[in-house]
Amino acid sequence: MLKPEPLQSNPPVARKKISDPVPVQILLIGLTLLFFIGFVFLPLGLVFSQAFQKGWEFYLEAIKEPYTIEAVKLTLTTVAIVVPLNAFFGVSAAWAITKFSFPGKAALKTLLDLPFAVSPVIAGLIFVLLLGSRTPFGSWLGEQGIKIIFSTPGIVIATLFVTFPFVARELIPLMEAQGRDEEEAALTLGARGWQIFGKITLPNIRWGLLYGMILCSARAIGEFGAVSVVSGHIRGQTNTIPLHVEILYSEYNFTASFAVASLLVFLALTTVIVKAVMENRFQKNSSQH
Amino acid sequence: MAIFQKKRRNILPGFGLSMGYTVFYLSAVVIVPLSMIFFNAIPMGWEPFLSAVTAPRVLASYKLSFSTAFFAALFDAVAGLLTAWVLVRYRFPGRAVLDALVDIPFALPTAVAGICFATLYSPIGWLGDITTKWNIEVINSPTGIVIALIFIGFPFVVRTLQPVLEELEPEIEESAHCLGATRMQTFRKILLPHLFPALLTGSTLAFARGIGEYGSVIFIAGNLPMKTEIAPLMIMSKLDQYDYNGASAVALVLLVISFSMILLLNAVQEWQQNEYR
Repeated sequence: MLKPEPLQSNPPVARKKISDPVPVQILLIGLTLLFFIGFVFLPLGLVFSQAFQKGWEFYLEAIKEPYTIEAVKLTLTTVAIVVPLNAFFGVSAAWAITKFSFPGKAALKTLLDLPFAVSPVIAGLIFVLLLGSRTPFGSWLGEQGIKIIFSTPGIVIATLFVTFPFVARELIPLMEAQGRDEEEAALTLGARGWQIFGKITLPNIRWGLLYGMILCSARAIGEFGAVSVVSGHIRGQTNTIPLHVEILYSEYNFTASFAVASLLVFLALTTVIVKAVMENRFQKNSSQH
Repeated sequence: MAIFQKKRRNILPGFGLSMGYTVFYLSAVVIVPLSMIFFNAIPMGWEPFLSAVTAPRVLASYKLSFSTAFFAALFDAVAGLLTAWVLVRYRFPGRAVLDALVDIPFALPTAVAGICFATLYSPIGWLGDITTKWNIEVINSPTGIVIALIFIGFPFVVRTLQPVLEELEPEIEESAHCLGATRMQTFRKILLPHLFPALLTGSTLAFARGIGEYGSVIFIAGNLPMKTEIAPLMIMSKLDQYDYNGASAVALVLLVISFSMILLLNAVQEWQQNEYR
């Protein structure tokens, strides 16, 4: 079961690697497992046990229910708008930050991470303060017949804020490590700006970009606090998947609530697996260099 | 080489375009909306601002948010160190799975985590059974909030510790061993001080995240006034009453505290790095 570090891996000098005694290892692994059982396995297991409590048919019914379908549609619409916008911004910011030297770079990088330090509720609040019907700008928009807060655009904008740093954050370290030599070589060979980007930079960053977009989508689908502030909580209209889970739960419709939640658990598990696979890939790539 | 790099000029195209768009988008999506907090809180004047943020219910919510986030971060420091150590140092079946699952709190929507813990510790839940037997109050109590926040903050500690542990040179421990130190002494006097900056960073991130956390907490907290109302919930209820200034005032205090904590952390890290050089 437990394999101590193989000694053969360090020939030719038989070097004894210092490690903890096996009983200590077993104890510490056991404690870690206990923590994971309480905080990861039981909660995730609970979702499925509750979701399937009334059998497959009820499960499918809860998911096929029109309000659930509407919630899924709204969430997917939000993702379809938010992810490309933030991905485009991420690439642009990473290009500016990693391909040029300029004063204030560190400050700009800190500012990009700002949304991570803001409570989701505050992320919703700021858009109510900016665009709500009781504010000057919001009431002007209302006169033009545009409603943002308590309607779909508000959900999109709040999600845009919350998922703002994901792509940039993935790309900046990657592009910093890659440097600018390849692009500069292309330039001296006469390539134009967009050619350099399309043929050199984009192929180099495609996995990082994809990964950033996956993280961005996962958060956009799952965001609760910010969206909860700006959504009108109208079923079939301004309800995203997490908000739908909340409504079902507060109506004591636990089985349906957990059935819808199980969709989000699948999503989380997929994200985690993709992340592990991608990281493996990155590590192999970087060790080849 | 270093000299050349310093003299290197920006020859690639697209600086104006990419920088311009970056600054524009950053301002439109983040800076301008965030500044609304100041524009709503500052015209209130000092007295009303102070009375809004020192109202007993608001003060109680601050106290609750900070204390629960603190205890959760403390627990995360221990559990995170243990997990990172086990994942980096030991080889056992299922290690890769555990390693991947560390990110679950990042990937799982907070509302789902919220209903999971609320159901798990409800009197008929799998763990609620045990806690009621031992007379531990979890549901509708600060303990429940701490449990939710432990879950949310845990990956911050593990993911900041892992790279540091991986890069630790075995020579350090070997020399300690040769000089006659026991394993425990090596851990306490050599490894722990070395890991401390990362441990502090990870738990501060967990703490900062815990102060603002909403979705995973409100289900288990029960939201009883003066008892289990967290600060973000106070913002929410002020918003429901259209008290925009009051909501901004409560939010401003939270923002200032979390920003200054992160700035302080950056300063500490910079100081640490200079110290090592």
